[in-house]
Amino acid sequence: MSDFNIDTVENAGNTPDTELPWAELGLKADEYERILDILGRRPTAAELAMYSVMWSEHCSYKSSKVHLRQFGDKVTEEMKKDLMVGIGENAGVTDLGDGWAVTFKIESHNHPSYVEPYQGAATGIGGIVRDIISMGARPVAVMDPLRFGDIDHPDTQRVLPGVVAGIGGYGNSLGLPNIGGEVVFDSVYQQNPLVNALAVGVMKHEDLRLANASGVGNKVVLFGARTGGDGIGGASVLASESFDDTKPSKRPAVQVGDPFAEKVLIECCLELFHNNLVEGIQDLGAAGISCATSELASNGEGGMHVELTDVLLRDPTLTPGEILMSESQERMMAVVTPENAEAFEAVMSTWGVEFSWLGEVTDTGRLIIEWDGETIVDVDPRTVAHDGPVYERPYHRPTWQDTLQADTFRSSEAGQGLPATAEDLGEAVLELMSSPNMADKSWVTDQFDRFVGGNTALSQPDDSGVIRVDEETGLGVGLATDCNDRYAYLDPYTGAQLALAEAYRNVATAGAVPLAVSDCLNFGSPEDPEVMWQFAEAVRGLADACMELGIPVTGGNVSLYNQTAGRAIHPTPVVGVLGKFDDVSRRTPSGFQRWADGQAIYLLGTTRDELDGSEFARQRGHLGGMPPALDLNAEKVLGEILINASRDGMIDAAHDLSEGGLAAALAEMSLRFGVGSRTSVHELCERDGLDPFTALFSESQGRVLVSLPRSEELRFTDMTTARGFPALRLGVVDAESGGIEVAGPFSDGSFGIGLDELKEAWSSVIPSKFGRVEA
Amino acid sequence: MTAETPLIGDHTAPETSPLAGARIGVVTFPGTLDDRDAARAVRLGGGTPVPLWHAEDALHGVDAVILPGGFSYGDYLRAGAIARFAPVMNTIITEAGAVAGSPLPVLGICNGFQILTEAHLLPGSMIKNDHLKFTCRDQVLRVENTETAWTSQFTQNELITVPMKNQDGQYVVDDATLHALEDQGRVVFRYVGASPNGSKNDIAGVTNERGNVVGLMPHPEHAVEAGYGPDDATGLRDGTDGLTIFTSVVSSLTGGNA
Repeated sequence: MSDFNIDTVENAGNTPDTELPWAELGLKADEYERILDILGRRPTAAELAMYSVMWSEHCSYKSSKVHLRQFGDKVTEEMKKDLMVGIGENAGVTDLGDGWAVTFKIESHNHPSYVEPYQGAATGIGGIVRDIISMGARPVAVMDPLRFGDIDHPDTQRVLPGVVAGIGGYGNSLGLPNIGGEVVFDSVYQQNPLVNALAVGVMKHEDLRLANASGVGNKVVLFGARTGGDGIGGASVLASESFDDTKPSKRPAVQVGDPFAEKVLIECCLELFHNNLVEGIQDLGAAGISCATSELASNGEGGMHVELTDVLLRDPTLTPGEILMSESQERMMAVVTPENAEAFEAVMSTWGVEFSWLGEVTDTGRLIIEWDGETIVDVDPRTVAHDGPVYERPYHRPTWQDTLQADTFRSSEAGQGLPATAEDLGEAVLELMSSPNMADKSWVTDQFDRFVGGNTALSQPDDSGVIRVDEETGLGVGLATDCNDRYAYLDPYTGAQLALAEAYRNVATAGAVPLAVSDCLNFGSPEDPEVMWQFAEAVRGLADACMELGIPVTGGNVSLYNQTAGRAIHPTPVVGVLGKFDDVSRRTPSGFQRWADGQAIYLLGTTRDELDGSEFARQRGHLGGMPPALDLNAEKVLGEILINASRDGMIDAAHDLSEGGLAAALAEMSLRFGVGSRTSVHELCERDGLDPFTALFSESQGRVLVSLPRSEELRFTDMTTARGFPALRLGVVDAESGGIEVAGPFSDGSFGIGLDELKEAWSSVIPSKFGRVEA
Repeated sequence: MTAETPLIGDHTAPETSPLAGARIGVVTFPGTLDDRDAARAVRLGGGTPVPLWHAEDALHGVDAVILPGGFSYGDYLRAGAIARFAPVMNTIITEAGAVAGSPLPVLGICNGFQILTEAHLLPGSMIKNDHLKFTCRDQVLRVENTETAWTSQFTQNELITVPMKNQDGQYVVDDATLHALEDQGRVVFRYVGASPNGSKNDIAGVTNERGNVVGLMPHPEHAVEAGYGPDDATGLRDGTDGLTIFTSVVSSLTGGNA
């Protein structure tokens, strides 16, 4: 039936000296030796294909595994209390109470998005959503942390519009609101954009599903889209190597998405779960059928028998190896009892989903794959799925790290001649807010549907995305993702912790109780000991901080080899935190409300002289020194204050201070609903011993700005005093003023910025580079 | 009892008010996305939502039908072009176009509007937005026809804010039909402010001659519940202007006693 020779197991035994293209498939010599050892013979072409993708960096975590263990080790019993499924499954699952559970995960699709921005970003959404479905959950929202090169670089002009359109084109067609994320510009991401995608899903406890093939005699079925030639070697060749001009274009390794097929697949799977028709289920993502068969088999009874010619194909010329490696999207594999087979087929027919029965679960401990009755794979599935190589990659602190940390902003040329007068400071605020990283991102987020589902309580640009889970009780979740790569570059250990602290703070600022963490660790090449040090430090920092905050990492993803022509990206450990609301109607928005005229504005937390790595320093082209100090205990107390204030209805707006410090937070709170404010930094400068410039632009952590009715001031300050947390009244919301007015110890009075002027400067930056949406 | 609005299946609301007697079908095609939102809007409007499945021609005795938003069949050919041939559409086309008696009230939202134009229940068509991008925003509309089954409780020229989100939202129609629409007052909703997509005469929604079929691109079903709608003067996401569409039809079906 084929016009190619099938390399059977028998043939492999008879032709031990046949040369196989293991190096071209991304395997190292010692890895190939290991395969020979495991099998006791040379692998068949199909077996080689399976091992090569499953042992790739992307699938096997071979460089990162020894470090990632800390996420499992540095965990207390208390942290596991709400954890229903931890790291290792498709996504972690956390108990929400009332019989509800939530699952979320963040993943990268960096390399494909660079090669083919639209499809790369689109299938990134598709893949993470299938991970969520695999757990038995209904996906309810997505978020996208994105990082691009310099806004003016031609590469950014090529990549950004495609990535944004791809996320919208795919996500919008699934009926999933996009509720947040990040857009960051920095030249370190030129030719290496980061396209991370987070999905969250909810389920009733009884709907939880796991990826294992149990029950001898149960049937194995592949359903969804047909298998094609797209994405072959995506995990091994594309995601696990650096880009280099000397190699051929990698476009064929990028998958092509069909969001309609995925939407139908979502509904079809939910009906399967609802009717209890599958014993185990696994999505097909990286490494396709190789991954699904070997993982399902090794997590279950240990054996599986599959006839590969039964796979429905888009392209009949595919070889068995290509079928095993194909990363065609919108496919799922399930294990179904013979009794349920008919009911399973009925659900497929309702949704018009194609399927084919491929084989059955066995107790042989072997994964046997046949091609037209001839055995082409005969392996212990564990050796493919779990016993891949593990590397203790050498790492060391970069020789330049000390020099970098010694080069503080204050001591640099950039740190001289800082604005001091009211006039200059006003100008500096305007300039800050019209820089690409601080500018309005609605050009991006307006291309995403934030309404579908009718449960979105907060979305971009608020501090967290908030989704209602239960319509009757208002039970819901808040989510935020954060990372300041500049801090992580200055000090990867603290930088990773600061990313966690910011996401934690953002979730609490909206009023949610932080519950769980998912991380997407984007780094350069693990073969560079300095990059490996950054990675090791970041993981250690994150694990330590999770332990201290008492919230576990429930899953995530590692993306290595993010470097082009030998230049690595900044270490970018993106951290997503999920929190719980008993009632999402209590969520706190991030801007001054239109009806809140006269409300008091308080600054919570302490401001120090911390300008290293700041947005202000970036504007002056400086990056050096040490990131802001971290105080996780203070973050916890601050979180409690914000959660209580939300629960008891004390505050009407809250916004965390991060990039751009107090100046940015004041501007953003006014820009949100076009409501101005009158504040003074007099007392702040006096209390914390600061000059006005530092008060406005320092990026000290653990700070939040809130607005509250005067009737709540006493109750609120009693609470902060009782907890020993600094709270300072800066001024009032002024709905009539139409601007932001800031007084302080300036020689020339105060400065004011009209909201119209500010809004124009802030909102025109990105459209001016990428084209206006409106005519 | 599940708190999730079921997609398909028995969806019986408690018979607590006379309005609940208004049974309004919500059609699900493969690729429909806003069906649960539309069902929720019917419920909040006082009616009883009844799920309808594209592959069945039966309407299960509903008093009105909503074709919700989404990307039916992926909209890969042309928005609404395939859904228009679904079995359920055959019945809807017959009952909505009935010459005798009172024809079936039908509302098409976004993809539903596109399906109604493909089915020739409404004139014109939708092409890609003039800026070629998907756009999601709070949109101000003027209600210019309060005679239809779906707009009777608005006041003439009332300004409402509802979310809008689409890629193919630019309404186009030949000049003769455009003049007829304008002359006969069949423009039901018009965009206010800068055009979001380049639609002819800023048309956001139209009706047929008898006023029982209405289609619009923006999404009133996303503006029915405070806390989850568009922003309005009272606060974040508090806009509920879209609810009037659903109370209008429920009221007209139950004899105007809303």
